[in-house]
Amino acid sequence: MVCDAGFVDSFSVEGRAFIDAGLISSQIKKILREKGIPEEVVRKVAVVTFEAEVNIISYAEVGTISFQIAPDAITIEAVDKGPGIPDIDLALQEGYSTADDTIRDMGFGAGMGLPNIKKFSDIFEIKSEVGEGTYLKSIIRINGSP
Amino acid sequence: MDLKTIVDTLGLEPHCCADKLTGKVTGGYMGDLLSDVMANSAKGQLWVTRQVHQNIVAVAALKELSGIIIVQGAKPDQNTMEKAQKEGVPILGSTLPAFEVVGRIYRLLENA
Repeated sequence: MVCDAGFVDSFSVEGRAFIDAGLISSQIKKILREKGIPEEVVRKVAVVTFEAEVNIISYAEVGTISFQIAPDAITIEAVDKGPGIPDIDLALQEGYSTADDTIRDMGFGAGMGLPNIKKFSDIFEIKSEVGEGTYLKSIIRINGSP
Repeated sequence: MDLKTIVDTLGLEPHCCADKLTGKVTGGYMGDLLSDVMANSAKGQLWVTRQVHQNIVAVAALKELSGIIIVQGAKPDQNTMEKAQKEGVPILGSTLPAFEVVGRIYRLLENA
Protein backbone atom coordinates (compact mmCIF):
# COMPACT_ATOMS: atom_id res chain seq x y z
CA MET A 1 0.00 0.00 0.00
CA VAL A 2 1.39 3.41 -0.92
CA CYS A 3 1.47 5.88 1.91
CA ASP A 4 0.72 9.56 1.46
CA ALA A 5 -0.92 9.16 -1.94
CA GLY A 6 -1.55 12.64 -3.24
CA PHE A 7 1.75 13.98 -1.89
CA VAL A 8 3.17 16.70 -4.14
CA ASP A 9 6.43 18.60 -4.01
CA SER A 10 8.53 20.67 -6.38
CA PHE A 11 12.06 21.96 -6.62
CA SER A 12 13.75 24.75 -8.51
CA VAL A 13 16.77 24.03 -10.70
CA GLU A 14 19.22 26.70 -11.82
CA GLY A 15 20.79 26.64 -15.26
CA ARG A 16 24.56 25.90 -15.41
CA ALA A 17 24.61 24.95 -11.71
CA PHE A 18 26.57 21.77 -12.43
CA ILE A 19 27.84 21.76 -8.87
CA ASP A 20 24.29 20.91 -7.77
CA ALA A 21 23.60 18.15 -10.29
CA GLY A 22 21.87 15.29 -8.54
CA LEU A 23 20.81 17.29 -5.50
CA ILE A 24 17.12 17.35 -6.43
CA SER A 25 17.06 13.71 -7.52
CA SER A 26 18.64 12.73 -4.24
CA GLN A 27 16.01 14.63 -2.26
CA ILE A 28 13.17 13.12 -4.25
CA LYS A 29 14.61 9.64 -3.80
CA LYS A 30 14.81 10.16 -0.03
CA ILE A 31 11.20 11.36 0.11
CA LEU A 32 9.92 8.41 -1.91
CA ARG A 33 11.76 5.96 0.35
CA GLU A 34 10.30 7.61 3.43
CA LYS A 35 6.83 7.30 1.88
CA GLY A 36 7.27 3.56 1.36
CA ILE A 37 7.45 3.57 -2.44
CA PRO A 38 8.76 0.23 -3.81
CA GLU A 39 12.49 0.15 -4.49
CA GLU A 40 12.16 -0.64 -8.19
CA VAL A 41 10.01 2.47 -8.66
CA VAL A 42 12.42 4.61 -6.64
CA ARG A 43 15.28 3.48 -8.92
CA LYS A 44 13.38 4.46 -12.05
CA VAL A 45 12.39 7.83 -10.58
CA ALA A 46 16.06 8.45 -9.67
CA VAL A 47 17.12 8.00 -13.30
CA VAL A 48 14.28 10.12 -14.69
CA THR A 49 14.72 12.99 -12.24
CA PHE A 50 18.51 12.99 -12.58
CA GLU A 51 18.37 13.23 -16.35
CA ALA A 52 15.68 15.91 -16.19
CA GLU A 53 17.75 17.83 -13.65
CA VAL A 54 20.91 17.61 -15.74
CA ASN A 55 19.05 18.71 -18.86
CA ILE A 56 17.79 21.85 -17.16
CA ILE A 57 21.23 22.58 -15.74
CA SER A 58 22.93 21.95 -19.09
CA TYR A 59 20.62 23.79 -21.43
CA ALA A 60 18.10 26.03 -19.68
CA GLU A 61 18.16 29.26 -17.70
CA VAL A 62 16.00 27.89 -14.94
CA GLY A 63 13.46 25.14 -14.38
CA THR A 64 11.28 23.26 -11.96
CA ILE A 65 10.98 19.58 -11.23
CA SER A 66 7.85 18.48 -9.45
CA PHE A 67 6.47 15.10 -8.54
CA GLN A 68 3.24 13.63 -7.30
CA ILE A 69 2.59 10.36 -5.53
CA ALA A 70 -0.66 8.62 -6.48
CA PRO A 71 -1.74 5.13 -5.33
CA ASP A 72 -0.83 3.62 -8.68
CA ALA A 73 1.95 5.85 -10.04
CA ILE A 74 4.55 8.56 -9.52
CA THR A 75 4.23 11.50 -11.89
CA ILE A 76 7.25 13.69 -12.56
CA GLU A 77 7.05 16.96 -14.44
CA ALA A 78 9.98 19.08 -15.52
CA VAL A 79 9.48 22.48 -17.07
CA ASP A 80 12.14 24.96 -18.01
CA LYS A 81 12.70 28.38 -19.46
CA GLY A 82 15.31 27.98 -22.12
CA PRO A 83 16.13 27.65 -25.80
CA GLY A 84 13.65 24.82 -26.39
CA ILE A 85 14.20 21.84 -28.67
CA PRO A 86 13.79 22.45 -32.43
CA ASP A 87 13.46 18.78 -33.33
CA ILE A 88 12.14 16.53 -30.59
CA ASP A 89 12.36 13.32 -32.62
CA LEU A 90 16.03 14.01 -33.23
CA ALA A 91 16.62 14.85 -29.58
CA LEU A 92 15.08 11.51 -28.61
CA GLN A 93 17.58 9.59 -30.70
CA GLU A 94 20.28 7.97 -28.59
CA GLY A 95 23.61 9.61 -29.18
CA TYR A 96 22.25 12.88 -30.54
CA SER A 97 23.46 15.78 -28.41
CA THR A 98 23.95 19.53 -28.64
CA ALA A 99 26.20 19.57 -25.57
CA ASP A 100 29.13 21.98 -25.50
CA ASP A 101 32.65 21.02 -24.43
CA THR A 102 32.07 22.06 -20.81
CA ILE A 103 29.19 19.64 -20.54
CA ARG A 104 31.05 16.80 -22.24
CA ASP A 105 34.14 17.31 -20.08
CA MET A 106 32.01 16.44 -17.08
CA GLY A 107 30.78 13.20 -18.59
CA PHE A 108 27.42 14.52 -19.67
CA GLY A 109 26.25 15.16 -23.21
CA ALA A 110 26.22 11.58 -24.43
CA GLY A 111 22.80 12.11 -25.96
CA MET A 112 21.15 9.63 -23.62
CA GLY A 113 19.24 11.95 -21.30
CA LEU A 114 15.86 12.10 -23.01
CA PRO A 115 16.09 8.51 -24.28
CA ASN A 116 16.75 7.39 -20.70
CA ILE A 117 13.78 9.35 -19.39
CA LYS A 118 11.56 7.78 -22.02
CA LYS A 119 12.95 4.29 -21.38
CA PHE A 120 12.33 4.42 -17.65
CA SER A 121 8.84 5.91 -17.95
CA ASP A 122 5.65 3.98 -18.46
CA ILE A 123 4.12 7.06 -20.03
CA PHE A 124 6.22 9.89 -21.42
CA GLU A 125 5.22 13.23 -22.91
CA ILE A 126 7.38 16.07 -24.10
CA LYS A 127 6.56 19.47 -25.57
CA SER A 128 8.89 22.25 -26.48
CA GLU A 129 8.86 25.69 -28.02
CA VAL A 130 11.97 27.23 -29.49
CA GLY A 131 12.91 30.38 -27.63
CA GLU A 132 10.57 29.53 -24.74
CA GLY A 133 11.40 26.23 -23.09
CA THR A 134 10.56 22.59 -22.65
CA TYR A 135 8.02 20.60 -20.68
CA LEU A 136 8.15 16.90 -20.02
CA LYS A 137 6.04 14.50 -18.03
CA SER A 138 6.99 11.02 -16.90
CA ILE A 139 4.58 8.58 -15.27
CA ILE A 140 6.04 5.54 -13.53
CA ARG A 141 3.57 2.90 -12.40
CA ILE A 142 3.66 1.32 -8.98
CA ASN A 143 3.22 -2.40 -8.35
CA GLY A 144 2.54 -3.30 -11.95
CA SER A 145 -0.58 -1.14 -12.13
CA PRO A 146 -1.98 -0.82 -15.67
CA MET B 1 33.09 -9.72 -1.40
CA ASP B 2 33.61 -6.63 0.67
CA LEU B 3 35.20 -3.54 -0.80
CA LYS B 4 38.16 -3.60 1.60
CA THR B 5 39.26 -6.99 0.28
CA ILE B 6 39.28 -5.63 -3.27
CA VAL B 7 41.13 -2.48 -2.19
CA ASP B 8 43.80 -4.46 -0.35
CA THR B 9 44.21 -7.15 -3.00
CA LEU B 10 44.50 -4.69 -5.88
CA GLY B 11 46.52 -2.16 -3.91
CA LEU B 12 44.05 0.64 -4.61
CA GLU B 13 44.70 4.05 -3.11
CA PRO B 14 41.77 5.43 -1.08
CA HIS B 15 41.25 9.06 -2.15
CA CYS B 16 38.27 9.36 0.13
CA CYS B 17 36.31 7.57 2.78
CA ALA B 18 38.98 5.03 3.74
CA ASP B 19 36.82 4.29 6.79
CA LYS B 20 33.84 3.28 4.65
CA LEU B 21 35.18 0.26 2.83
CA THR B 22 32.94 -2.28 4.53
CA GLY B 23 30.28 -2.32 1.80
CA LYS B 24 29.58 -5.47 -0.20
CA VAL B 25 30.57 -5.40 -3.85
CA THR B 26 27.98 -7.19 -5.97
CA GLY B 27 29.68 -6.69 -9.33
CA GLY B 28 31.26 -4.01 -11.44
CA TYR B 29 30.46 -1.40 -14.03
CA MET B 30 32.82 0.43 -16.32
CA GLY B 31 31.95 3.65 -18.11
CA ASP B 32 32.72 7.32 -18.53
CA LEU B 33 29.34 8.49 -19.78
CA LEU B 34 27.25 9.42 -16.76
CA SER B 35 23.92 8.75 -18.46
CA ASP B 36 25.12 5.27 -19.36
CA VAL B 37 26.07 4.57 -15.75
CA MET B 38 22.76 6.01 -14.54
CA ALA B 39 20.78 3.78 -16.87
CA ASN B 40 22.75 0.55 -16.69
CA SER B 41 24.62 0.17 -13.42
CA ALA B 42 23.12 -1.58 -10.40
CA LYS B 43 23.21 -1.12 -6.66
CA GLY B 44 26.35 -2.47 -5.03
CA GLN B 45 28.49 -2.42 -8.17
CA LEU B 46 31.98 -0.98 -8.14
CA TRP B 47 32.33 1.70 -10.81
CA VAL B 48 35.53 1.96 -12.83
CA THR B 49 35.99 5.27 -14.63
CA ARG B 50 38.43 7.88 -15.85
CA GLN B 51 36.08 10.72 -14.88
CA VAL B 52 37.21 12.90 -11.96
CA HIS B 53 34.52 15.56 -11.86
CA GLN B 54 32.27 15.79 -8.80
CA ASN B 55 29.24 14.64 -10.74
CA ILE B 56 30.54 11.07 -10.47
CA VAL B 57 29.69 11.26 -6.78
CA ALA B 58 26.08 12.24 -7.49
CA VAL B 59 25.72 9.30 -9.85
CA ALA B 60 27.35 6.82 -7.47
CA ALA B 61 25.20 8.02 -4.57
CA LEU B 62 21.95 7.90 -6.55
CA LYS B 63 22.68 4.42 -7.87
CA GLU B 64 24.05 3.26 -4.47
CA LEU B 65 27.22 1.93 -6.04
CA SER B 66 29.73 0.41 -3.63
CA GLY B 67 32.46 2.82 -4.73
CA ILE B 68 34.34 4.45 -7.58
CA ILE B 69 37.75 3.48 -8.90
CA ILE B 70 39.47 6.22 -10.90
CA VAL B 71 42.03 4.73 -13.24
CA GLN B 72 45.33 5.62 -14.88
CA GLY B 73 46.57 7.58 -11.92
CA ALA B 74 44.00 10.34 -12.39
CA LYS B 75 43.11 12.18 -9.23
CA PRO B 76 39.66 13.44 -8.22
CA ASP B 77 39.55 17.19 -7.80
CA GLN B 78 38.95 18.83 -4.44
CA ASN B 79 35.21 19.35 -5.01
CA THR B 80 34.85 15.68 -5.85
CA MET B 81 36.55 14.57 -2.66
CA GLU B 82 34.52 16.93 -0.50
CA LYS B 83 31.29 15.75 -2.06
CA ALA B 84 32.34 12.10 -1.72
CA GLN B 85 33.16 12.62 1.94
CA LYS B 86 29.78 14.23 2.51
CA GLU B 87 27.89 11.47 0.66
CA GLY B 88 30.02 8.64 2.05
CA VAL B 89 31.04 7.39 -1.41
CA PRO B 90 34.44 5.67 -1.38
CA ILE B 91 36.73 6.88 -4.16
CA LEU B 92 39.76 4.73 -4.90
CA GLY B 93 42.62 5.17 -7.28
CA SER B 94 44.64 2.88 -9.50
CA THR B 95 47.58 3.66 -11.72
CA LEU B 96 46.52 0.87 -14.08
CA PRO B 97 44.38 1.35 -17.17
CA ALA B 98 40.68 0.48 -16.96
CA PHE B 99 41.01 -2.77 -18.90
CA GLU B 100 43.43 -4.22 -16.36
CA VAL B 101 41.55 -2.98 -13.31
CA VAL B 102 38.30 -4.44 -14.57
CA GLY B 103 39.98 -7.73 -15.44
CA ARG B 104 41.46 -8.08 -11.99
CA ILE B 105 38.21 -7.22 -10.21
CA TYR B 106 36.28 -9.62 -12.46
CA ARG B 107 38.69 -12.43 -11.61
CA LEU B 108 38.49 -11.67 -7.89
CA LEU B 109 34.69 -11.70 -7.87
CA GLU B 110 34.49 -14.85 -10.01
CA ASN B 111 36.78 -16.71 -7.62
CA ALA B 112 35.08 -15.43 -4.47
